[in-house]
Amino acid sequence: MDSILTNPSMVVEDRQRHLFRVSRRAFTEQSVLDAENRTIFDRCWLYVGHSSEIANNCDFITRNVGGRELIFNRDRAGVVHAFLNTCPHRGAMVVREKKGNALAFRCFYHGWSFNVNGRFASRFEEGNYGAEHYGGGCADLAQVPRLESHRDFWFVNFDSNAVSLSDYLAGAKEYIDLVADHAEAGMEIVGSGQQYVINANWKLLAENSIDAFHGFPVHSTYFDYLKAIGSLRMDTSAGHFAASGMHDLGNGHAVIEYASPWGRPVARWVPSWGEDKREVVAQLRAGLIKRFGEERGTRIAEFSRNMLIFPNLVINDIMAITIRTFMPSAPDKMTVSAWALGARDEDAELRKLRLFNFLEFLGPGGFATPDDQEALENCQRGYRNMREVGWNDISKGMPRNGPPMNDDEEQMRCFWRQWNARMGGLA
Amino acid sequence: MNGDVSLPAGRRNDTAALRGRIEDFLYLEAELLDEWKIEEWFALFAEGATYEVPPTGTDESDPATSLFYIADDYVRLRERVVRLTKKEAHSEFPRSQQRHMISNVRITGVTDGVADVSCNFVTYRAKRGVVDTYYGKHLYRIDTTADPFRILSKRSILGMDMLYPGKLTIII
Repeated sequence: MDSILTNPSMVVEDRQRHLFRVSRRAFTEQSVLDAENRTIFDRCWLYVGHSSEIANNCDFITRNVGGRELIFNRDRAGVVHAFLNTCPHRGAMVVREKKGNALAFRCFYHGWSFNVNGRFASRFEEGNYGAEHYGGGCADLAQVPRLESHRDFWFVNFDSNAVSLSDYLAGAKEYIDLVADHAEAGMEIVGSGQQYVINANWKLLAENSIDAFHGFPVHSTYFDYLKAIGSLRMDTSAGHFAASGMHDLGNGHAVIEYASPWGRPVARWVPSWGEDKREVVAQLRAGLIKRFGEERGTRIAEFSRNMLIFPNLVINDIMAITIRTFMPSAPDKMTVSAWALGARDEDAELRKLRLFNFLEFLGPGGFATPDDQEALENCQRGYRNMREVGWNDISKGMPRNGPPMNDDEEQMRCFWRQWNARMGGLA
Repeated sequence: MNGDVSLPAGRRNDTAALRGRIEDFLYLEAELLDEWKIEEWFALFAEGATYEVPPTGTDESDPATSLFYIADDYVRLRERVVRLTKKEAHSEFPRSQQRHMISNVRITGVTDGVADVSCNFVTYRAKRGVVDTYYGKHLYRIDTTADPFRILSKRSILGMDMLYPGKLTIII
């Protein structure tokens, strides 16, 4: 057998021979998932939510992040918090609703209450509890060790010694900015989003989300649809910006950027939207160019970007903007949460087009995402042949002279190198 | 058998008779879906009809302001059907097997021959040894003056708090 395939490590790169291989054990073994929880999900910055989801003081949402149950909220003074949603008394989840607005949180089990800044707020008669409970913090809700944000995107880290979010995001900040800059009024999450289960390893979705190679083979029916209704427009009116390709953003993050074949409600019109929308979209585009100049303005308007922020955040600024995060519950199972992001002051008709653009392609009922899910689940199923066929090939584009193309696999190699480094080159 | 007890006694039998015809129609729809006669199924919809699946676990009800799983106008619904006839609709190739169950059929109103109908549903989808279960409530507007009846709108409200089966590639 070829020596690269008998290598005990799980990620093997041979630059001389242009070979990059990942062991299928990385997708199937419980011991790998246990190690990922310790070395990746307990230590990396993980997306928790967007400012717009807790827009007002005392707004809260509850969310599972990195395997924990969290409360993400804004207190009476407007300060944003992330608490571990467990009563310091006996452990019950203190907040059980998905979202709401409250002046205080009260655990239903024994009635311990907390201010929305986390401070213990119950007042029991003398003799029940001592000073440590009332002023010492031992009865306060526990904060997540680290909570930081960039342009309204909030992240948590369960490792108090982690580098700053800014250092962690590295080159990804520039691409978050390209999304945050869509509207001067800011961006907002639209509605409550989609939540669904995929019976496949979480890393298959990380790869798939930034994989341009699969686009035409898997999604031909989507492109047929765009063509049939007049939503396919291949010309690029993007003379001032042509930097399409793939970019390594550092720390395992990567992005692909390319001319869009579809309409973009931010500022790229397609005929199916009708002539009356043409002028509205042209004005949005002119506004972007006025704010950011010809090059950056055109880039925001015209180009599509699929970005993976290691380990499990996808921000795809494509025919709509999707924020997607996913968490494994088993080696062959993950829960996906996906949200649509739009301009805060968006024209009602364009908002509708944005939502329709989203659900036509994205999500379990779309014309594309289900076929991705099918591909991922088929891979997972195929790994049952692992003893005989044990390795994935991620080599596309390795012999290329010059910068990688966006349908190469260099962006996935960025992910896997980071994964391997964090897992300690584990065998 | 009496019709809806909330109606005056004299109208109950009329409603019961109409409900019988509507039930027959819904069973026909279910059979067409069970047998993958998807183009014949689409022919049950009136021109301009809509088909929607709202998000789970919320009461958000307007696809123009919140993100639905499916919000098809007539054209997108037609194209959904076209897509499902292709073998490049990979998630349904080879095709899954389905069984649509309907119960608790009620007529909640009739205006100018258009009946508002609600019913509970359970739909099973089987593929490669995995059985997915979808359940919830359908809300229909059905034109009962047409022969055969025509669906003006169908909204399928899932009863689960998230989409456990992952995909929504069949018509539930």
